[in-house]
Amino acid sequence: MIDERRIVITGIGLTAPNGNNLAEFRENLLAGKAGVGKIETHYMGEVLAGVCHFDPLKYQKKKELRRGTRAGSIAIYCAQEAIADSGLNFTQLDKSRIGVYLGITEHGNVETENEIYALKQYNYDVKYWSHHHNPRTVANNPAGEITLNMGITGPHYTLGAACAAGNIGLIHGLQMLLLDEVDLALAGGVSESIHTFGVFASFKNEGALASHPDPHKACRPFDRDRNGIVVSEGGCVCVLERLSDALKRSARIYGEIVGYAINSDALDFILPNAQRQAECMNLALKKAGLSAGDIDIISTHATGTQQGDLQECQAIRGVFNNASHTYANNTKSFIGHTMGAAGALELAGNLPSFNDHMVHSTINIDNLDPQCAIQNLVINKPIKVDKIDHIMNNSFGMLGINSVVIVKRFGA
Amino acid sequence: MTKDQIRAVVLDVIAQIVPDEDLTNLKGDVRIRDQVEMDSMDFLDIIMELRKRYGIEVPEDDYIQLATLDGAVAYLAPRMAHL
Repeated sequence: MIDERRIVITGIGLTAPNGNNLAEFRENLLAGKAGVGKIETHYMGEVLAGVCHFDPLKYQKKKELRRGTRAGSIAIYCAQEAIADSGLNFTQLDKSRIGVYLGITEHGNVETENEIYALKQYNYDVKYWSHHHNPRTVANNPAGEITLNMGITGPHYTLGAACAAGNIGLIHGLQMLLLDEVDLALAGGVSESIHTFGVFASFKNEGALASHPDPHKACRPFDRDRNGIVVSEGGCVCVLERLSDALKRSARIYGEIVGYAINSDALDFILPNAQRQAECMNLALKKAGLSAGDIDIISTHATGTQQGDLQECQAIRGVFNNASHTYANNTKSFIGHTMGAAGALELAGNLPSFNDHMVHSTINIDNLDPQCAIQNLVINKPIKVDKIDHIMNNSFGMLGINSVVIVKRFGA
Repeated sequence: MTKDQIRAVVLDVIAQIVPDEDLTNLKGDVRIRDQVEMDSMDFLDIIMELRKRYGIEVPEDDYIQLATLDGAVAYLAPRMAHL
């Protein structure tokens, strides 16, 4: 394929509950260091959550913080870090040819809930409702805040895709580059969901909110005693560009996106479906021109719910039944579910494998559920392998949306 | 409230709205928006804060009277005298 039609990742900016840049994040994933704690939330008291600890004032003024949203702040931090990481001379770039594409699970719940909460003290008199509510809650807010902060005049919007959104941000960025709509894409996903009680309450009432006396052990995909999701905030923005442009400027290339797929279960609001997930993985493999055996790491989506994990394991068994050298891991076991950020963040944490040949583990497995005993699941400790050439990143979401991204080691 | 107290209140509200700005040398007779980075949405925060803190209602037609610090103090003095 000609270099203009090949899309590579050349910069990564992220914040996760256990790291505020890729090096720190990766180090903690290899060290088995989780990042889940306890926070107070309206009406529910203490809940388990993954909280990010980046410095928002690194790239924003206090006034910007006051005007904007947490999702916007996460997005700005990640985008600025991604550009800095890419080595691009940002001031010299044509800002009208940069696109910002962010996946989100939801947006606006935080501001709406907080406004209503604050309005209670005024006896629900709406003259005290903030005039900032609309610009804070429009669905493009996190992406738009990036453009305001960085002076980007190309297109910006978010892609609502439940918990598959992070992958879909990346896929959309790639597509816009291939369509020649932009020359550079800032693509990925963000989530501020821990600041809304509704997400916690809804998961709790579904019987899908994790609990454990030790917060770091609460998220335990594939464990027999897993009992739900740990909600987390986070973000990851990747710089995507055409290989021809990356080579021209001798950029460091994290990897090439060679395959992707998005499909829908068309079956249920909440419950995932193994068959459709398997179809999605196979579609991505086909697009990449690969067979299952070519994949070295599957970065699983599993969130730690009883049913969800089973479905993905069944799907993986179906697709990878003859792939003896394919390893599987899980990032949520460390940081919980970063919702709209999860796809991009979980992929990013695995990309250093191309160079260090380490496969980070899935932690918190005390008793592996026999039904989740997929082949080569890397349990509790990372392993070293001879080579990593291809990573498959799964991200699935409510309403039955599935997304898969395959990244290839550049030069493999 | 005295005029000095009202001036301090208005300055405190402005400081909250434009936290990055140094208000030490803010001139009383020059438009506030010409001296600090403040747009119309920020200005509405002044109106909202006066409403929330002191129950003061400023009709839209009177917004112009709050354009300068001196103007704001003069406008608010009779309305906040009882506080």
